[in-house]
Amino acid sequence: MSEHGAGPAIETSGLIKIFGKNRALDGLDLTVPAGTVYGVLGPNGAGKTTAVRILATLLRPDGGEARVFGHDIVRDADAVRGRVSLTGQFASVDEDMTGMENLVLIARLLGYRKPGARDRAAQLLEAFGLTDAADRQVKNFSGGMRRRLDIAASILNTPELLFLDEPTTGLDPRSRNQVWDIIRIVVAQGTTVMLTTQYLDEADRLAGRIAVIDHGKVIAEGTPGQLKASVGAGSVHVRLRDASQRPEAERVLSKALDAPVQLEADPVALTARVAGEGIEHAAAERAARALSELAAAGISVDDFSLGQPSLDEAFLALTGAPARADARTDHPATSEETAA
Amino acid sequence: MSATTTEPGTAYVPAAEALSAVMAPGARPRRPSALSASITFGWRAMLKIKHVPEQLFDVTAFPIIMTLMFTYLFGGALAGSTTEYLQYLLPGIMVTSIVMITMYTGVAVNTDIEKGVFDRFRSLSIWRPAPMVGYILGDMFRYTVASLVILVVGLVLGFRPGGGVTGVLAGIALLIAFSFAFSWVWTMFGLLLRSEKSVMGVSMLVLFPLTFLSNVFVDPETMPGWLQVFVEVNPITHLVSAVRSLMGGTTDTGEVTLVLISSAVLVVVFGTLTMRLYNRK
Repeated sequence: MSEHGAGPAIETSGLIKIFGKNRALDGLDLTVPAGTVYGVLGPNGAGKTTAVRILATLLRPDGGEARVFGHDIVRDADAVRGRVSLTGQFASVDEDMTGMENLVLIARLLGYRKPGARDRAAQLLEAFGLTDAADRQVKNFSGGMRRRLDIAASILNTPELLFLDEPTTGLDPRSRNQVWDIIRIVVAQGTTVMLTTQYLDEADRLAGRIAVIDHGKVIAEGTPGQLKASVGAGSVHVRLRDASQRPEAERVLSKALDAPVQLEADPVALTARVAGEGIEHAAAERAARALSELAAAGISVDDFSLGQPSLDEAFLALTGAPARADARTDHPATSEETAA
Repeated sequence: MSATTTEPGTAYVPAAEALSAVMAPGARPRRPSALSASITFGWRAMLKIKHVPEQLFDVTAFPIIMTLMFTYLFGGALAGSTTEYLQYLLPGIMVTSIVMITMYTGVAVNTDIEKGVFDRFRSLSIWRPAPMVGYILGDMFRYTVASLVILVVGLVLGFRPGGGVTGVLAGIALLIAFSFAFSWVWTMFGLLLRSEKSVMGVSMLVLFPLTFLSNVFVDPETMPGWLQVFVEVNPITHLVSAVRSLMGGTTDTGEVTLVLISSAVLVVVFGTLTMRLYNRK
């Protein structure tokens, strides 16, 4: 931590990994600042797990370079191993052994002597609410308990960098929240966390920065706010009481929002994108003004909502889903039309 | 079971103080020595036996069947009486049984390697061969159990070794030392082959010729010349001669030395190949 100063936790350049004909990583460039949660977001098969496995020294890259706290992951693999921990996509604990035995095993392998290893294991079981399950075989654990044991094993040596590969996949919402809380506490202790996920809200909630990867490459990188801003500030949804007022409502809205208004299939519904330069409260202000102007024009509104742009929208836009791509390219043209 | 399984899972609320306390950067212990890490993995193998005791079946029932079967099947025909044949056969059948069960090391490696826990082991800063050595250490316990089971069955059937307790124990020790070395063949195949089934398949292909085309069951003098050539270079033949000589009280130092040398060669060659595969996996 402190010994590395301000250097990044992870730095990769042009990382390549090829499995047969599949380029799992196709020139991956990442810089992960120390002391934060860094989200790696991507669909299945995007290369997230491959990237984690290479950075945790489990796989050798076929090209490119990667450093973890300044240590080359190939030439100086052992130095990297001494600083990182991995919680894999599939439980990285031994199913046949008990919770206690699993943690004692890892503690011993990290160099704790026998009594010290048991104390450390007991302390972790307590902190992770697993004391009651200490002597039960892991195969009888629930999914959430297993995941907690897994994370406990990973932080046993207080790693400087923790890889969490899809840590909440397959967990129920309550266990998911527990894992999120744990991650927040872990990062507050100074450990850097690299979190891969396909859940957009998970990355949004936890990560300070996010890299969106697809086909083994980073296609966008930034704070969750920056990524959202790249797709616009959101949309206003309006439902009118009287369908006959819709043309008038369309005119008022497009003027107030300075944006194209879309007429929905439902004859009383309208949707408008709020440009808002990506600043959320500006978008909210404008939406509020639009609402009061609708009222001033004597239009009865049944329902009004401002949809926050989700990371989901950002993700779809970035990975080139057709609907979003159209919306973006059409935007300037339509707005000129309506303004004229 | 299910009620108690869900209860602690749902009631748990991560407490910042408790978690911060366990993550407080205390003095990190020093990296464990190669021996300590290997023994820890050996301990894991023993725990697995404790939790899944059925796996001792193949080191108890299988050797008993082997001993009974061959003693009574060949005894009358080959040596005139089963008791007489047993004096010749027992050291050989012990070698055959133990060498055959070494292949379970490969099966264990193969089934474990794809599991997430192996990723954790491989991402630790420990002596690299430690997990593999640990498997074999655990298996040496199994070899010891199997040897003792065969010895007891043999003694009951009338095996009277001339070498006494010392000779018999020395014979078993040599056999286990060789099996430790031979197990590296299986760690290699365990890492190389795709499934448990293919490990079993290959093991049959290797083990049957190796154990049967030897001096375990019959005197090589009775075989055709070309087969004698193979039997003569087969390390199992030398192992059986050495173990027989130790147990019989007529220690053949030349054969014992040869077995120790071939063991060392096996470890160097297959240990190296195993570790190459392990690091590439």
